[in-house]
Amino acid sequence: MFHDNKANRLRKEILLRVARAFFTEQPDKSLNRIPLVMRPKRGESSRCCIYKDRVVLKYRTMAALGFSVENEVDELKPISAYYEEALKRDEPVKPVLTVIDDACSACVTSRYSATDACQGCLARSCESVCPKGAIEFQKGRARLDPEKCVNCGLCMKACPYRAIIRIPIPCEEACPVGAITKNETTGREVIDHTKCTYCGKCLRECPFAAISDLSQIVDVLKQLKAGNAVGMIAPSAIGQLPGTLPQLVSALEQVGFARVVEVAEGADETTRQESAEWAAKMSEGERFMTTSCCPAYIETVERHLPEIKPYVSDTPTPMAFTASNVRKLNPEAVTVFIGPCIAKRVEAAKNPDVDFVITFEELGAILVGAGIDVLECEEAALSTQVHSEGRGFAASGGVTAAVQALAPGNAALEPLIVDGIDRKAISRARTWATSSCSGNFVEMMSCEGGCISGPGTLGNPKIALRQLKDLLEKTPSLKAETVIDNQPPFTERPPSIYMEKI
Amino acid sequence: MKKVTVSICTGTTCYLMGAAHLLCIDEVLDPYVRDHVEARGAHCLGLCHNEANGRAPFVKVNDRVIADANLTLVLDAVREILEEEN
Repeated sequence: MFHDNKANRLRKEILLRVARAFFTEQPDKSLNRIPLVMRPKRGESSRCCIYKDRVVLKYRTMAALGFSVENEVDELKPISAYYEEALKRDEPVKPVLTVIDDACSACVTSRYSATDACQGCLARSCESVCPKGAIEFQKGRARLDPEKCVNCGLCMKACPYRAIIRIPIPCEEACPVGAITKNETTGREVIDHTKCTYCGKCLRECPFAAISDLSQIVDVLKQLKAGNAVGMIAPSAIGQLPGTLPQLVSALEQVGFARVVEVAEGADETTRQESAEWAAKMSEGERFMTTSCCPAYIETVERHLPEIKPYVSDTPTPMAFTASNVRKLNPEAVTVFIGPCIAKRVEAAKNPDVDFVITFEELGAILVGAGIDVLECEEAALSTQVHSEGRGFAASGGVTAAVQALAPGNAALEPLIVDGIDRKAISRARTWATSSCSGNFVEMMSCEGGCISGPGTLGNPKIALRQLKDLLEKTPSLKAETVIDNQPPFTERPPSIYMEKI
Repeated sequence: MKKVTVSICTGTTCYLMGAAHLLCIDEVLDPYVRDHVEARGAHCLGLCHNEANGRAPFVKVNDRVIADANLTLVLDAVREILEEEN
């Protein structure tokens, strides 16, 4: 899970340059130059030449401005023209993940390959085990014929030297629902939007950074100038930018947010209602209930797990509660959710109370563009209405701990935490509906580690978790009045008993 | 032996571009080197304001400036300095 790499930095650099351009006197000039500045003449190229790199960079910049590369009509249309168009729209674009065709390296289809480690042995188990006769020997070394190979993997298992390897296609490997597949003619990857759950795993795993989502950074920059934007920062904000949470709040005020609220306050409300809902459902004889706050999980249920739908909690998400509160106070407010998640854009598109969604990466780019150093910011006062339960939503196990803390008769709560939704987790979930579920409260988190390791984060999940724990210790608990033990709501749990990893 | 100072810039630009991940350098230092290294997050070193300095994140190992820093580059610089001094 080490996501700081050159591909990731390149994506962030584009966002940063777009945000910087916004704050200059002639944004169009700096925007049009982005591909040239990033791949100067006689400089290094990461593909065949700087010219192809520049084309791909232009497409990346388009995505950062909220335009889908697939919809390009005129190749000569400059970045500045897209920027002008972006400034004119009042609503964010419909969320969609796209493959930048020219960036996709069309990874090899043949997934198995014999390496130099082949000893050309006498046994030749690989040859005898292959059901398709795809293994031939050239100069005493095994070679797989891609035309005949059916990717069964038997040869790999048979080789005593481990000389046959499986070469994965990273995006397909990462996708838990088989939404990204190869176009057989071009060899490039295509996303099936009817299957995509917007979890962002492919976006993160592609070593060529060929997958992009459509940023709302320009839309939000425009709202910041207009001065009516309310920033709603997700509980996972901790560790995502330098400095403390109070410093981050004051940085947001400096950059132009009229008000900043912690979504943790909404998460407290989710905790209250979800624990009551769980207790009610259990007394009605339901077998189990799953959480509802992870939008990638919700999309997974909608598209791939309809049988689980009746078991999903009806309690609104922390973002929904927060946005509705903001609107109640000020119906004119423009609500901007700032979080680690790109699936939240899908949730927001369904919720009229949420106007825009940006990631921590995008927020970082905005702060840099505005020249704000978070470490130099004063500490703003945080709301006293936020509790450790709500803030704890940021990491896996946090929602469970919160609901458990408030659930009446919480001894009967048997938690099951799904820390990261992959293929296995989905097929396991399918069996819960038909046979049995080993817990009666199921926390579903698309990202391993929870929101603090989401696809829109820029912090280090380990450091973020440490900082989160420190913060939680200083935050009052919702059950303060009825404290039974002094255990902090978010603690390390022995995985064997408490957390069932699937 | 004098300690090698590793200052990881945590200005907003560097943090965004990857400094956040460099902050766990302590975990990858081997035990012998760890005793001779003092690594810390630093306030903005001001290097990102001039493109001629290269790309963020910036790390200073003693007086050496490392642009587009990653753990390998930083560890190499640390090792070089330790070897020079001994």
